[in-house]
Amino acid sequence: MKFTLDWLQDHLDTDASVDDIGKTLTLVGLELEGVESQGAALKAFVTAHIVSAEQHPNADKLRVCKVDAGTGELIDVVCGAPNARTGLKTVFASPGTYIPGKDMTIGKGNIRGQVSNGMLCSAAELELSTDHDGIIELPEDAPIGVPYVDFVGINGVTFDISITPNRGDATGVYGVARDLAAYGLGTLKTTDMSPIPSKGPSPIAALPQLFGADEPNTARKFGGRLIKGVKNGPSPEWLQQRLRAVGLRPINAIVDITNWVSLGWGRPLHAYDADKIVGQPVLRNARAGETLDALDNKIYPLDETMTVIADDQGPLCLGGIMGGIRSGSTDETVNVFMECASWDPELVARTGRKTGIVSDARYRLERNVDPALTVPGLELATRLVLELCGGEPMEPVFSGEDVFPNTVVEFPLSEVKRLTGLSVEPMIVTAILTRLGFEISGKGDVLTVKVPSWRPDVTQKADLVEEVMRMVGVDNVPVEPLPRLNHVAPRMLTTIQNRRRIARRALASRGLDEAVTWSFISHDEATRFGGGQESLQLANAIASDMTDMRPSLLPGLLAAARRNANRGTSDLGLFEVGQVFLSDTPDGQHTYATGIRTGTAKLDGAGRHWTGKAEAVGVFDAKADLAAVLDALGVDIDKVQVLPEPAAWSHPGRGGRIALGPKVTLGWFGELHPAWAAELDIHGPVSAFEIDLDALPEPRKKATKTKPALDLSALMPLSRDFAFVVDKAVTAAVILRAARGADKALITDVNVFDVFEGSHVGEGKKSVAIEVTLQPTDKTLTDEDIEKVSSAIVAAVTKSTGGVLRT
Amino acid sequence: MSLENQIATLRAELSAAISAAGDEAALDTVRVAALGKKGSVSALLASLGSMAAEDRKSAGPAINGLKVEIAGLIEAKSATLKSAALNARLAAETVDITLPLQPAPTARGRIHPISQTIDEITAIFSDMGFSIAEGPDIETDYYNFTALNFPEGHPAREMHDTFFMKPGADGVKKVLRTHTSPVQVRVMQQTNEKPAASYMTPAMEPPIRVVIPGRTYRNDSDQTHTPMFHQVEGLVIDKSSHIGQLRWVLEEFLKAYFEVPNVTLRFRPSFFPFTEPSMEVDVQCDRSGNEVKIGEGNDWLEILGCGMVHPNVIRSAGLDPDVYQGFAWGMGIDRIAMLKYGMPDLRAFFDGDQRWLDHYGFRPLDLPTLFGGLSS
Repeated sequence: MKFTLDWLQDHLDTDASVDDIGKTLTLVGLELEGVESQGAALKAFVTAHIVSAEQHPNADKLRVCKVDAGTGELIDVVCGAPNARTGLKTVFASPGTYIPGKDMTIGKGNIRGQVSNGMLCSAAELELSTDHDGIIELPEDAPIGVPYVDFVGINGVTFDISITPNRGDATGVYGVARDLAAYGLGTLKTTDMSPIPSKGPSPIAALPQLFGADEPNTARKFGGRLIKGVKNGPSPEWLQQRLRAVGLRPINAIVDITNWVSLGWGRPLHAYDADKIVGQPVLRNARAGETLDALDNKIYPLDETMTVIADDQGPLCLGGIMGGIRSGSTDETVNVFMECASWDPELVARTGRKTGIVSDARYRLERNVDPALTVPGLELATRLVLELCGGEPMEPVFSGEDVFPNTVVEFPLSEVKRLTGLSVEPMIVTAILTRLGFEISGKGDVLTVKVPSWRPDVTQKADLVEEVMRMVGVDNVPVEPLPRLNHVAPRMLTTIQNRRRIARRALASRGLDEAVTWSFISHDEATRFGGGQESLQLANAIASDMTDMRPSLLPGLLAAARRNANRGTSDLGLFEVGQVFLSDTPDGQHTYATGIRTGTAKLDGAGRHWTGKAEAVGVFDAKADLAAVLDALGVDIDKVQVLPEPAAWSHPGRGGRIALGPKVTLGWFGELHPAWAAELDIHGPVSAFEIDLDALPEPRKKATKTKPALDLSALMPLSRDFAFVVDKAVTAAVILRAARGADKALITDVNVFDVFEGSHVGEGKKSVAIEVTLQPTDKTLTDEDIEKVSSAIVAAVTKSTGGVLRT
Repeated sequence: MSLENQIATLRAELSAAISAAGDEAALDTVRVAALGKKGSVSALLASLGSMAAEDRKSAGPAINGLKVEIAGLIEAKSATLKSAALNARLAAETVDITLPLQPAPTARGRIHPISQTIDEITAIFSDMGFSIAEGPDIETDYYNFTALNFPEGHPAREMHDTFFMKPGADGVKKVLRTHTSPVQVRVMQQTNEKPAASYMTPAMEPPIRVVIPGRTYRNDSDQTHTPMFHQVEGLVIDKSSHIGQLRWVLEEFLKAYFEVPNVTLRFRPSFFPFTEPSMEVDVQCDRSGNEVKIGEGNDWLEILGCGMVHPNVIRSAGLDPDVYQGFAWGMGIDRIAMLKYGMPDLRAFFDGDQRWLDHYGFRPLDLPTLFGGLSS
């Protein structure tokens, strides 16, 4: 909200500097956003004397002037104003001066063959009024060459503050002055709002409030007053200047008065041209299909939840929000019906949201407007109308009732110290609250505090503590250490928090960059990756590719890969550890660790290198990344199931699922399906994996951290090789599991060292060669012992695979 | 020829032959020719047997001396030849050690600044005795607004530009949380239920000290606003915590986070529905150069919001506000990361541009700790 220094001084008797006022506004919670000095912006405009003005030889409407601007020489200026004449004292801008009214900087020029070194200015060009009929005329005795603002005494300072939603009382200059006075920056002045005698009964009756029992009713107390025989027209310069300084356009005296009361007291009004009201106006809800031709020149459709002031021909004004053009006050208005009404803030806010109208009235009325101002506000407006426009006031008419919360808070003085840690003398607490308008009774440790009508946001003890604290100054609250609960902090992260942290570092250590991508993706992508259900769609998405909560991190990573490829980087490793949404409930939100490699971005490097040729990434790169994360989290990939059951996004023959028993899936890995890659506009090979960090088993709680005893055998381990010919479909996992199981005591490791297919092993067959490590425990193995284990291995593998030992 | 002459001649011949041997094979030929069964020195030794005892007495040591001498020369020559052969092989094996390596995986992979910043925040607050709490991104209107004392229809709700989910079968719309504050209520709520998901923090008994990092969402987009961003929230609930201690916690945190010896804060009374009294906090900074320097200068930079937890919020969590009290604060993770590390544009955080990640990202083993320093 903007206000000027002189406006503030109408309400606050103070000699505080602009700087002090600005700082104090921020300290009491009315944050200063900026201070503008009107005079400073116009300092370059100087008073000047037109020594001679002659007709321009080549243009009928232009004059060539010799101007004395106090510089010691005469300046040639071409001027188009009709009143530019010899002997006139006016205002001059030299080349290089910014002209606010034209939003341009004046330069040296040549106008139709005549030199022009500057500009003679109108009030509109200085943005001091809308008067641009001619250049400014100064009195004959005006000095020459002094800043115009100094000569006329324009020293306006405009403050801009931001008002928090709870402080409706500070949406008027008077409320701001009240806070500053309470802080000690001056004395609050009172304004005469006493009743003005009427000249007779009102021809317009109190507005009936026509609402059904179950209908929303925005109106509370509605006051109106007819003032007959006014002479409307432009308002006086002081009022116009004030409105312009705070960013409002002066309209006419009647409308300017309503704005002056609204900005000055936070009390919005509306002025109807009474001659344009047809029949008796009423308050009612709008009917379906009705519209309002509003003062902002837009037409708004209305509905049954919106309260209007209507006459026989329909809505005149949308209650608490904006008036209509049909009954608006114009220069020709003679009879004014002035409205000052209270509204239900919640309903004003709702109608405001629905219509999207942003108005000064809505801004104030949806916060709150002091209900005690309904009647005085009307008197205040009447007084000013009579002063500026004359006229005869009729009796004011009222319908409905204002709502006064009349809140009383029992306030223990100890509360200030309890919540802030600051000791404030009871006398000071009482003084602060009293200056802010709170009525205090009771003595001793607990005060009885009656909240003033303009502060409905204050409802309990903590609110009063805030009032005291903001007047004392938070910076005066002594800093005090928070006592420790433990001298050495215990473990602070949960299992999943640790997993995320470890997974990130493990993947970055494998050369992948961590990306953070949007939680929402396009509906198509969500559906493709297994999501897209309605409960996970946004009702008001910001963009069409951000409509659905992601069921997987792959779409985001693949999109990032695509963007990088478009920038020329096609060998890329990316991962994300973040949330996916399997349902809209808390337990449907899981943390996945997901990564991709594209092109030749393998563990050992990407692109061509003298050590060897660049190879494309493949399924085993994905499997290795996945295994590395599992390992970092304490899960051995050899001890979980690796199943040839690829994810939908995977190449069907080059992908798998990691499981723990029949119910738990830990993750997937594979090469991106070529058809999907094409549809997602991804070129080149992609390996990918996903791990559900929430699916990993919770580590078992053990009584001690002791590791199992280490049994180091003194005997040499030995190894034996076997090659089996099996069907192509038989997985290595089956062979390894069978071999390991042949003698669990002796066999410590089984590894595949060769796999090949070819006509010599038979159509549809492959050869798998394994190396089995045997670790004797108590005695050296005899040939007989070794033969026995070997037979057991061959038997177990051939039995479980249907294959044969290759000889 | 006298024996002496014979030995001298042989010594000279053999020494020359040993010297001349170019490799082990040639040396071996010399060895056999001298010391072999039919070698010249062996023949001389054999001649001892046919000598008179008187002659043998002087001839024996002389001939043996020759044998030992020649054997020694051969051995020395052999060592020289071996060493030369090794040197030749080593010379042949020389490579260009200036050929470049492939960058190591740890030299390529990078941690995102948001993760690093969360780790930094965690390091500081866990040392101060705060645990890390989390809650769901898809929230109910109750937790996001009502329980936090945002009355229905209050203009404060409009300040949040909320994303709504499509209504469920019951017609109720869930929201994407607009702040991390709903987790305050979830943490405080006195319930025996197990949390619905592993990442959710179970309700705690006071004293409560948690920090709550997480993703938040608002329907807003420009250079400093993205529809998704990150916040961290702090909550202290016990029977005595007050604003003086809140000031201490924030000062200590900001000093530790920005790694500066001093920070000056300015507390301004403000309004948040879920705190009372409420304050916004500015940190003193220097913006005269290209970068923002915290802890010096004459400018103020708004950095966080805070206050005493509103009695209505304590009530909605099932606690008595006349018994329990405490404070809360919240700030933007992305924002304080930008302030500390100087990224100019928030939108780039979520683009996954490898050049950006490599430039602003952190090495995998740059683990923020207090004992090792948050950043190196």
